[in-house]
Amino acid sequence: MEPLFKTSYEVARADYTSAGRASADIKRRLKQLGVGGDVLRRVAVASYEVELNLVIHSLGGELELNVFPDAVQLVSADRGPGIPDLAMAMKEGYSTANDEARSLGFGAGMGLPNMKRNADEFNIESTVGVGTTITMRFHLA
Amino acid sequence: MTIADMVRILNAKVLIGADKLDTPVYTACCSDLMSDVLAFVDEKTVLITGLTNPHVVRTSEMLDLKCLVFARGKIPTQDILESAEEQGLVVIATKLTAFSACGVLYENGLRGVPVPEEWDSREGG
Repeated sequence: MEPLFKTSYEVARADYTSAGRASADIKRRLKQLGVGGDVLRRVAVASYEVELNLVIHSLGGELELNVFPDAVQLVSADRGPGIPDLAMAMKEGYSTANDEARSLGFGAGMGLPNMKRNADEFNIESTVGVGTTITMRFHLA
Repeated sequence: MTIADMVRILNAKVLIGADKLDTPVYTACCSDLMSDVLAFVDEKTVLITGLTNPHVVRTSEMLDLKCLVFARGKIPTQDILESAEEQGLVVIATKLTAFSACGVLYENGLRGVPVPEEWDSREGG
């Protein structure tokens, strides 16, 4: 099915200052499209978490927003380095974030579990040396 | 209580949002770890923090928080305050430490945000 609305954002590696701009824009656009309440909040939180992950952990990537009649979809696709142990990465409290990320209040190992908690459907695929793709869907009532 | 009551109780300075001080508040959370705030805050609440970087305001934006309280007399930079103003957030600063700020607010009836039910199965007490 073709989305009703589609846009994407380049997210640069280690760009801590801009991190969150894409998510702020996604939130604004969804609001304009009439998405609100609990779903909007969950999309915003998951989007911010995944955007921060791109900045903190990836070599850079793209965050895509697709709006369907019955769902909002976020797809984050990066250019590596890939996650060696996905089961560990999904565990609350496990983090490989650096000191810079931690000094900003992140890197508590809550990102991936929190995305999963907020999304209605969550899928992560990762190959070391290739990259990680996270797809999240949020059902619209 | 309202944000105006918080300002009085904390002897705080209003940095942004002086026109919204009559907003009612029922709960608050206190953290310097935005990861945690993003993970457990499910409602429009108040955040008390000692962290003054742009991500505190972005986190507040994503969660639709009502009010930010900077503890220990810390004041964020002008660009951070401007982005708080854009999103309609109230920002106040108190000279109290985060611990003392939480203490006096609790004493006056403000309570912590409810924690998720799934925490019942956790090991910590």
